[in-house]
Amino acid sequence: MLIAVAAIRLSDLFAVVMLFGVYSLLTAALFMDLDAVDVAFTEAAVGAGVTTVLMLSSLHLTKRWEALPRRNPVLSLIVVSVTGAALVYAVLDAPGLGDPSAPVHQHVTPRYIEQGQAEVGMPNLVTAVLASYRGYDTFGETVVIFAAGLAVMLLLGIKDDPRLRPGESAIGGDQLVLRSVTKVLIPLILLYGLYVQFHGDFGAGGGFQAGVIFATAFVLYDLVFGEGAARAVVPPGWLHRLAALGVLIYGGVGVYSLLAGRPFLDYSALADDPVHGQHLGVLLVELGVGIAVFSVVLLIFYAFAGRSRSHR
Amino acid sequence: MTGMPGLFNYLIVVFLMMAGFYVVIAHGNLVKKLVGLGLFQASVFILYITMGNLSGGQAPIVVEGVTAYSSPLPHVLILTAIVVGVATAAVGLALVVRIHEAYGSVEEDEIHAMDLSDDKSSMDARAADDRDAGQ
Repeated sequence: MLIAVAAIRLSDLFAVVMLFGVYSLLTAALFMDLDAVDVAFTEAAVGAGVTTVLMLSSLHLTKRWEALPRRNPVLSLIVVSVTGAALVYAVLDAPGLGDPSAPVHQHVTPRYIEQGQAEVGMPNLVTAVLASYRGYDTFGETVVIFAAGLAVMLLLGIKDDPRLRPGESAIGGDQLVLRSVTKVLIPLILLYGLYVQFHGDFGAGGGFQAGVIFATAFVLYDLVFGEGAARAVVPPGWLHRLAALGVLIYGGVGVYSLLAGRPFLDYSALADDPVHGQHLGVLLVELGVGIAVFSVVLLIFYAFAGRSRSHR
Repeated sequence: MTGMPGLFNYLIVVFLMMAGFYVVIAHGNLVKKLVGLGLFQASVFILYITMGNLSGGQAPIVVEGVTAYSSPLPHVLILTAIVVGVATAAVGLALVVRIHEAYGSVEEDEIHAMDLSDDKSSMDARAADDRDAGQ
């Protein structure tokens, strides 16, 4: 809360962005406290990691200092206060934290919790709901991410810069300690990403988190070992195809179940035993999500990093 | 489970939401506006997760001998929303970068002043771009 206020007051945008990262991390801790392990995981990886890097790269492309506000903030304050007062009034009717009779716990939730494991065959209910019961939503989200990746590509594009300077890191200077530590860390991050991807059925994790963690490893490599270094390992052309492939895997599973005479994205069609089919379907779908998220996040990073190089 | 009184979380949510809202409408810097939007977004996440919490419940991963779990549904919605959020934030930042390349500024007032000096027809199109980036 205090950090949010500090982030508003400061006009040094660099500090604002760093505070925003801290704010995300604290939010993740709060989610953990509220029993939302999967969400905390995602917020920590995405909010504190990827968003901060993206914001910093765009700051690099624009300006660090905010101009002093010239307009009168009183009008905005009045609007905000009135809206806030209305919301507080609405909140007074809301059910208390952890109240078992709250509407959230009445409708479909009992079925998810009681039948989830028997019907989908995996202990992590979040993954079960994400990929199976709400498979349509998740497909939509994946397509939105893909579309966002496309939009960034259209706006910024990735410049094929012949002046790749692999030796020159974004930090500058010869950072021996940093390089050595990164070399040890990257395989671990990649391994962890794979674990998160394929263990998502049983513990916290899944395709969204795994994709982000995987991309983080490459972003780190690029930052420490010089701009364009990651591009030598995973060229942007591959990523374009991978992003499409991820969405296609997800859609393909749906089309396959259609062809097998079941509704779209009904994974029971994938195997003779419906529960086994569900499990297989969730695994495939999560793989598709993971690939799509990984390639889109990395593509976006390439786009921002490539800009800074060509416009410096 | 967390020891917080019932409505405290909601009040924090309202405060954070209004803080984000204030940044979006009161600040002219486009990057700052996006940060404000992020604050707003995170407050919505907290709202959903708070609703899904169940006192005495566990994280929704089935374990032998536990019957009370937090609702997995809000978790799912927010999990995907976070990732979509970063993707859309990236689109917003990309727009800001392009605006900076076109105008040499990311301050709303300066961009608006430049627009006013342009001819009428191009002004409308760019003001629309400007609004998109600010949202």
